[in-house]
Amino acid sequence: MTKEYMLGNAAIARGIREAGVGVVSGYPGTPSSEIVDILRAQKDRDYYLEWSVNEKVAVEVAIGAAFAGARSIVTMKHVGLNVAADPLMTVCFAGTKGGLIILAADDPSFHSSQNEQDTRRYAQFAQIPCFDPATLQDAKDMIAYAFDFSERFETPVLFRPTTRISHGKSSIELGEIKPNANQADFVKDPSRMVMMPNFARPRHTASIERQKPMAEDLEKSPWNVLELCDDSEIGVISSGIASVYAKEALHALGINASFLKITAYPMPDNLILTLLRKCAKVLIVEELEPVVEEHVRILAQQNQITTEIIGKNPVPRVNELNFEICRDVMASVFTEQADSPARTVSNPPILPNIALPPRPPALCIGCSHRSAFQVIKEVFGKNAIFPSDIGCYTLGIHSGAVDTTICMGASISIASGIAHSGEKKAICCTIGDSTFLHTGVNSLMNAVYNNAKMTVAILDNRITAMTGHQPNPNTGSTAVGVDSLPVSLETICAAVGTRFIRAVDAYDYEALKIAFREAKNFDGVSVVIVQQACAIVARKAGVRRNPFAVLPEKCKGCRKCVNFGCPAIGFDKKDAVAVVNSQCIGCGVCAQICPFDAICEVKK
Amino acid sequence: MSENKYFGSVPNAGKTDVKYDVVICGVGGQGAILASDILGRAAVAEGRAVQAAETHGMAQRGGSVENHVRIGSAYGSLIPKGGADLMIALEPAEAVRYAHLMKNGGVIIVNTEPVYPFTVTTGKAEYPDVDEMIEALSVSFSVKAFNASAAAKEAGGEQAANVVLIGAASHFIPLQEQTVIDCIKALVPPKFLEVNLKAFDSGKQSVSK
Repeated sequence: MTKEYMLGNAAIARGIREAGVGVVSGYPGTPSSEIVDILRAQKDRDYYLEWSVNEKVAVEVAIGAAFAGARSIVTMKHVGLNVAADPLMTVCFAGTKGGLIILAADDPSFHSSQNEQDTRRYAQFAQIPCFDPATLQDAKDMIAYAFDFSERFETPVLFRPTTRISHGKSSIELGEIKPNANQADFVKDPSRMVMMPNFARPRHTASIERQKPMAEDLEKSPWNVLELCDDSEIGVISSGIASVYAKEALHALGINASFLKITAYPMPDNLILTLLRKCAKVLIVEELEPVVEEHVRILAQQNQITTEIIGKNPVPRVNELNFEICRDVMASVFTEQADSPARTVSNPPILPNIALPPRPPALCIGCSHRSAFQVIKEVFGKNAIFPSDIGCYTLGIHSGAVDTTICMGASISIASGIAHSGEKKAICCTIGDSTFLHTGVNSLMNAVYNNAKMTVAILDNRITAMTGHQPNPNTGSTAVGVDSLPVSLETICAAVGTRFIRAVDAYDYEALKIAFREAKNFDGVSVVIVQQACAIVARKAGVRRNPFAVLPEKCKGCRKCVNFGCPAIGFDKKDAVAVVNSQCIGCGVCAQICPFDAICEVKK
Repeated sequence: MSENKYFGSVPNAGKTDVKYDVVICGVGGQGAILASDILGRAAVAEGRAVQAAETHGMAQRGGSVENHVRIGSAYGSLIPKGGADLMIALEPAEAVRYAHLMKNGGVIIVNTEPVYPFTVTTGKAEYPDVDEMIEALSVSFSVKAFNASAAAKEAGGEQAANVVLIGAASHFIPLQEQTVIDCIKALVPPKFLEVNLKAFDSGKQSVSK
C-alpha cells in the first residue's frame, strides 16, 4: 500500500489516471487549474489532453470524445460552468457513451473568485448526478466510480471539489494507474446525439426516469452513508466537506447523534426517511445553498413526518464552513445534548493590539500591466471610465484604473454598453490576451459592428498568468508542449473590422503614450495591444535585465515613481528620496516616468 | 457516549495519537508551501495522519499567505482559532496577523526581517516597529525571534529562510529530525541541497527549546 502526501488536485489527477482516461480538456481557473497542469506534465502520458480556449469549447470537446466512446473529463472553476451551461443543459438529455465527467471546482468564501455559487444547483437543474467529495482520498477514489457510474447510466456527471479539497493536502493511498484502453468508435445514433425536438422530447422523459435508479444505486455506495445511533433522538445530515467539520464538532461537543453523510446526488431518499423517522430533531449542515435541506423538507412533507428540521440560519448560507461554525451552531441547536464546557477556550491568549498594514496581492515587480495602467490613467485622466476583466490585471484596482469586473470577456461589451448609453466620458477598457481569446473576441466584434466610441487595451503577456501560467493560442505552444503558430491578435482585430490597431512594447512608455493618445482621439473602436512577456515567465526563461537605481542627488522626492506602485520602489523618509530595492528586474518604466531623470540603469 | 465510527477512507489516514497543529504564514513567494510540504511529507513518512490547507491563486501575488498543517488530524484541515501549537512566521507582521490561531503558551518562530507591502511603500499605511511586535507576541506566547533571512543568506541563499525556520521548529515539532531532513532532500532541487541543509542546521542552532 503506497501512501503519498498530495495536493487535492494532484489526488484528483491521480484518480483520473487510475480510471484509464482517454481525453482531458479544460480551461484554467482557481481552484481547478492544477488538475490539468499535473496531467499535462506526466511523462508517460497515454491520453489526449488540451487546454481549450474557453469552458464551453472544453465541454464540447469532452462531449465529442465521450460520444466516440472515450472516457473523458473536462475541468474548470465554478464560473466556467456558466460559460459551458449551454452544452451542459442539452448533453444532460442526450447522455453519453464513454464516461463523461464535468468537473467544476467551487470556491466558497471567494478565495480567488468574483462570486461564490453552488454547482450542486447545476446538477439539480440538469438532472444529472453530482459527486461532492468530503475528503481528498474520497476525491481521488470517486473519479473511477464516477466514470463507471456515468457509463452505467449513460449520463454525464458533475464532479464538484471545493477549494479546501482542491488546495488541501493529505496522505493519499494510491491505486494502480490504468492504461488508456479506450477504443474510439463513433456509432451514428441520431436519436441520442441530434437533439432536435422529436429526438429530445423522449430524452427528457428518460432523464427523469433514471433519477430513482441512480439514487438507489448511490444509496448503496460508500458516498452516502447513514450511521444510526440507537440511544439518540437527534440527527445530523451533512454534505461534502462540511460533513468532516460536522463530525469534528460532534466529537468536540460530546454529542451522540445519528449521522447521514451525503456526498453523491441524486439524494438517498430511503436513508433520509430512515433518519427522519428515528429522530425528533435533525440539523442539516451544508456549505452554500440549502440543496439537501430543501429536498429533506419536501420528503418530510410528502411523508407526513413532523421531525423538527433545522438548516440555513443558523447554518450560514454565505462563505465556507469550518469546525468552529459547526461547533457553535450545534451547541445552540443541541443545547440539551452538548457538553457546554467544550465550547469556550479557557484561559485565552492576550493578542497583540497593533494596527497592521493591509497586504493585498499586487501586480508583480516588472509586470507589464502596471505600465499599461499608468499610461491609461495619464492619457485618459482619472474621470474616464475603465471597465476591466478577469485576470492578474484585476489587481489594477490599486492603480485606480479598474471600474468594472463581472466575468470573462465582459470588459469590452460593458464598455460598449456604457458608450451607447449616452455617457460622454472617455472609455478605455482592459483585457488580457487569454481572456480576449476566451470570450473577448465576440465582444470586440459586437462593439466594432455597432460602432461604439471607445478604446480597448489588450494586455498581451502571451500566457494565462493568474492561474499559474498556462499556455493559450497566443503562446506558441500547446498544453503538452507542442509548438503551435501563435494567433495574431492584430489580424483578429482587423478581421472583425477594427480600423485603429496599434501594437506597442509595454516597457516603451513614450510609444505607449503616443499610441493611447491617438486611440483616444479615434472616432470608433480603437485597439492598443500592449505587449510584453509576463515578468515571471520571462525570468524563468532566463531573461535578465540590468536593474535600475535612484540617483539621490537628482531625486526631488516627488514620489511619482513611488505612486507607480511597484514593490521594488520605496521611499527613504529621512533623506526624502525614492529608493529602488534589490528586487528590481529592470523593466525601466519608472525611469521613463521620472520627471527629473533621477532613475537610471545600473550597467554591469 | 457510543463512539461515532468514522466514515469513508479516513480510518486508514494514519496515526492520530499525537496531535500537533502548525500554522505557517508569510508573504506570497517566501516559500510557505515548501515549508508545509516538508512537514506534511515527514508526517506521512512517520505514518501519521495529516491534513493541510494552502493559499493558492490570487493570494500568491505578494499577498499575505497562511498554510495550516494538522499533524495527527483525521478531521478537517483548518486549525480552529486558539488551536495552533506552533507558528512558523516567515515575516514579523504576518506573525501578528495570524496570532489569533495560536494556543495560549504556543510557540511562535518568527523571522524578524520585514517585507513591506506596497500599502507601506506608497505611504498609505505604516509598518509597525518589529521589536514592539515581538514584545506584544511574547505576552502570551513563547516567541523565538531571529533574522532567518540573514541566516539563510549566510548559508548561501536568502530563499532558504523557510528551511532555516523549519530547522528552528525541529526542536518542537513531534517529528524525527532525520525524517524532516530526508524530506528536505526529497523536495529541494539537488543544486540547492547543500544550502538548504546548512540553512536547517543554522536555524536549529539559532533556537533552543
